[in-house]
Amino acid sequence: MPRWMRGLVGLVGFLALWELVSRTGLVRREFLPPPSEVGARLGELVASDAAFRADVLATLLAWLIAIGLATAIAVPVGLVLGQVEFLRRATQTLVEFLRPIPSVALIPLAVVLLGSGPSSKISLAVYASVWPILFNTVYALGEIEPQRIEAARSFGLKRMAVLRRVALPSAAPFVMTGIRLSAAIALIVVVTTELLTGGQGGGLGQFITIARSGGGAMDVVLAGALTAGIIGYVVNFGLERAQRQWLGWSEEVGR
Amino acid sequence: MAAGPEVTSDALRKEGAATPMLRVSGLAHRYGDDPGVAAAIEDVSFEIGAGELVCIVGPSGCGKSTLLRAIAGLHEPTSGDVVLHGDRVKGVPDDLAVVFQDYSRSLFPWLSVEKNVAFPLRSRVGRAERRARVAEALADVGLEGQGAKYPWQLSGGMQQRVSIARALAYRPALMLMDEPFASVDAQTRADLEDLVRRVRSEHGMTVLLVTHDIDESVYLSDRVLVLSKSPARVVRTLPVDLPAERDQITTRGSAQFVELRTEVARLLKH
Repeated sequence: MPRWMRGLVGLVGFLALWELVSRTGLVRREFLPPPSEVGARLGELVASDAAFRADVLATLLAWLIAIGLATAIAVPVGLVLGQVEFLRRATQTLVEFLRPIPSVALIPLAVVLLGSGPSSKISLAVYASVWPILFNTVYALGEIEPQRIEAARSFGLKRMAVLRRVALPSAAPFVMTGIRLSAAIALIVVVTTELLTGGQGGGLGQFITIARSGGGAMDVVLAGALTAGIIGYVVNFGLERAQRQWLGWSEEVGR
Repeated sequence: MAAGPEVTSDALRKEGAATPMLRVSGLAHRYGDDPGVAAAIEDVSFEIGAGELVCIVGPSGCGKSTLLRAIAGLHEPTSGDVVLHGDRVKGVPDDLAVVFQDYSRSLFPWLSVEKNVAFPLRSRVGRAERRARVAEALADVGLEGQGAKYPWQLSGGMQQRVSIARALAYRPALMLMDEPFASVDAQTRADLEDLVRRVRSEHGMTVLLVTHDIDESVYLSDRVLVLSKSPARVVRTLPVDLPAERDQITTRGSAQFVELRTEVARLLKH
């Protein structure tokens, strides 16, 4: 059985179980509509609901900006912290304090400071997704094969050149793994913030809130949730492919 | 320079003998600041003339690599001087290349063979020149047509050839080699030994090679420096007056070779 088919077995099994639970009345159907209904609803929304498409686009855009910003912040900071031991030690406590704060707990602060528009959800998503990239970058720099650095130095490369031409490519697979982790987190935070602020920002989360407040529209709610899942899956799949394509060497040499 | 008759000496080396290319004097290194910590090397002094191929042989763990890294300017020795072309070495000198034992850790796995070889040339020489040098270096080590592959797609021996090509393309005046053949099989090892002798005479390069293998040190070099157990000192400098044309079978079978290797082995026992 090819790999993609094995992956499909689990998915099909899950959908079948869900269908069964719903259709046999094990769970009330208006609470948990079967996937066939949810799927049909999702198809309808995609095909004919312009507002839904705009919401999906708003979420995607916010997510893209958030992950881009998080990467742009975390990689340079990680490089500096990974290089300068003093700064790493000096910031360690602060980082360990800030990191566990759930970004959802910062929603009120963000709304007060930034309003309920897209900048709030983007800022919160950046906050949450900076950490995995930062940690992976710092960790990767500590794990670089010292002989690689020496080889580069023996050819007269100075510190900055070593950083750019050896440390950065060596760290790239770890950084990429960090970005993949962060991508999932950022999507969750964007949708959650949309859901909880329910403001003018739009987005998938807001779509779900509105559907829920309509009452009895569980198929619409689940169609929204399913969309987030599909986005997350597709993005992770793409990033994984990119990682294998460009950073495949790290699997070959085991680091 | 070594005393005694030197059958293989040529004009280049006589010139070198007058002004040594490399002079190491009173070199010592200990790791850490604690004076109680045993020194890795202690008072090592020697000279190498331009065009010479010198082997440093010593027991495992005697500090040979520490010595080599100090000469390469990769770390500052605790005391003593390294003088290259009359200048005291501070930091990594310009016309020096190092070939490390562990090719898998010193080559860059994200770069193709070609780009690995070109690595030290970036921002030093122009594109066309770079391409020419890479092609030449790869041909020198018998890796024509392998440039597009990645190091991890090659056998260990071929990877070490890539390392050597990278050093050759850099065209250093002095090539340092740290146990370069310790991680390859016997046949590859013999091939690579002959390769080093060949490229060195073709390029008129000076080579300092560290090994723990007595036979290898005699077979390869013009001169063998025998080091003591840690902390390393130079026990003896032994001129190798074998003919310049060497052959894995006849040279290693000659009475002269056997005599020399016995002498080195005897010195290492002390």
